[in-house]
Amino acid sequence: MTHFLIRRIFWAIFLFFVATIITYLIFWVIPANPAALAAGKSATPADIARVSHFLHLDEPIWKQYLRFVWNLLGHGSLGRSYVNRQTIDSSIAKDAPVTASLVFGGAVCWLSLSIPVGILSALRPRSIMDRISMIFVLIGISAHPVWIGLILSYVVGYRLGLTPIAGYCNFFTGTAGAQCEGPVQWAYHLILPWITFMILFAALYVRLIRANVMETMSEDYVRTARAKGASERRVMIQHVLRNSMLPVVTILGMDLGLALGGAIFTESIFNLPGLGHELINAYNTADLPMITGIVVFATVAVIVFNFIVDVTYGFLDPRIRPS
Amino acid sequence: MPALEVKDLNTSFRTDDGIVQAVSGVSFSLDEGHTLGVVGESGSGKSVTFLTVMGLVDPRQAQVSGSVQLHGEQMLGASRARLQQIRGATIGMIFQDPMTSLNPVKTIGWQLEEAVLIHQDVTRKDARRQAIEILKEVEIPRADQRVDDYPHQFSGGMRQRVMIAMALINGPEILIADEPTTALDVTTQAQILRLMKRLQDQHKMAIVMITHDLGVVAELADDVLVMYGGKVVEEAKVDDLFAKPEMPYTWGLLGSLPRLNSAGERLDQIPGQPPSLLNPPSGCAFHPRCEYVMSRCRTEMPDLRSSAQGADHRFRCFLEDEERTRIWQGKRAALVSEDAA
Repeated sequence: MTHFLIRRIFWAIFLFFVATIITYLIFWVIPANPAALAAGKSATPADIARVSHFLHLDEPIWKQYLRFVWNLLGHGSLGRSYVNRQTIDSSIAKDAPVTASLVFGGAVCWLSLSIPVGILSALRPRSIMDRISMIFVLIGISAHPVWIGLILSYVVGYRLGLTPIAGYCNFFTGTAGAQCEGPVQWAYHLILPWITFMILFAALYVRLIRANVMETMSEDYVRTARAKGASERRVMIQHVLRNSMLPVVTILGMDLGLALGGAIFTESIFNLPGLGHELINAYNTADLPMITGIVVFATVAVIVFNFIVDVTYGFLDPRIRPS
Repeated sequence: MPALEVKDLNTSFRTDDGIVQAVSGVSFSLDEGHTLGVVGESGSGKSVTFLTVMGLVDPRQAQVSGSVQLHGEQMLGASRARLQQIRGATIGMIFQDPMTSLNPVKTIGWQLEEAVLIHQDVTRKDARRQAIEILKEVEIPRADQRVDDYPHQFSGGMRQRVMIAMALINGPEILIADEPTTALDVTTQAQILRLMKRLQDQHKMAIVMITHDLGVVAELADDVLVMYGGKVVEEAKVDDLFAKPEMPYTWGLLGSLPRLNSAGERLDQIPGQPPSLLNPPSGCAFHPRCEYVMSRCRTEMPDLRSSAQGADHRFRCFLEDEERTRIWQGKRAALVSEDAA
């Protein structure tokens, strides 16, 4: 177990450096002038030069990178935004709960749809149910999140007036200056983004679960269970489900980790002030510290979720339980 | 009354390429406490025959007809609930590959207890006691500790013992063993066969031993069915079969047995491949591979007929009796002289 943890930590450090160095390299390659953007439209070349010096943009890129690493390791800080001088930590702390609400709520939605549908299609392949779910899957895989989001927003939000069209409300009450707050408003405003997520991911998960359940049902030990006289219900619950959920856990962990790094399209459509939204803004203003900060957060999220997957896997499958 | 009587059993599967006739017109009976050996190559229909008997073929794909009577009770067409009562209680079944036949995420204790709890109205504690008891009976060392282990913590031979324990835990009258030793190494095979023999004597149960190994049949069986292309091609008492096999396919099987002292020589083999059940050969299914094929064999399937030795030795072949006697004596002489050399 210790061995496993140590290896994990080394991997995490390695990944952190790879991800951040690549971010800096890309930033160095693209033709952007963050100092000019930060200084504003009416700035003189002298102003821009001053801003550039103040933001350390006149230093070589490797020096900027070392400064970033030093700040993070020495002071535990991701730095400040070029644009509004807010600390990146506080921005991420503000944005991450929005993205997390979207991603976890969406995951609950897509799992609660795709697990039963996937199992039913596996039990009755080529049935009406299976074919209908297949059509749904094709739409979900083919459609772009922007399109799904816009259609939902227009039809359900605007034409039918059932839900808000956009916006976000805090789950916890007591935020200063909030227009709306509390769990009910929170969920109400997130319904459409969740459904967008659900359509996107449920499509993949229905296929995945259907394939896994069908594969597990043809396993020898399922035949053994039937030969023992187990009822179909018992066979399904005790023998098929847990075994067929193993690959689903892996994919789910990776998807959650990735999505936490910013659900850019969905957040943009529904105007949710999450990490994806922040990332788009930071990109438009060439705000390197903000972009790097979100990359670091996303890397950590992926690493953490992979770790959670490994631990869960150990519970589900005794063969890989660390002894 | 025989424990199990099967008459004119047919099983076919609908596939994308057409109908596969896996079992056609198979009949046999199994007496209480007896052992029936079922021999044939892969794809001869021996496993499907007994999966059909157990009601374990998928009804959405398989078409089944005929009669399967368990102590006179018709099992084909019996309700799902009735079949579930029979499976694991009256008839136990073990399978070829012990590595994949146990659920990898449940302890073997849990899986044994499950078998008990499905059929007996007892507490989990009592089921566990039974599980440990049966594990001791199949000679698993430290059974009271190993009961909490997972399948991957056991070797192949030990897992097959667990499978046998699971099939026997409710004291079935019939044990169907589908190639139980094929996936095991030779020394383990011998142990498992000895164990099965001992358990059969203790529990007074009938065994169906499905195998492609005539050595296993010789050791365990009372009666033998030889299957080819989904049909029974020869049936006999085990001693009669080995004394005077009547059918060219059975000769081939006997000739392809490895012998210790035929050093360095190639084993006899039956030329060609087992027949496709999707497009079976016309006439006798064995005719494309038969050394003694006649024009009649290509168009007609020979009926099962009784041998000159007795009515219970039956086979399918058009060769005349004298002809077959002559050929077999020649073959036997060759086998014996090889053994003597």
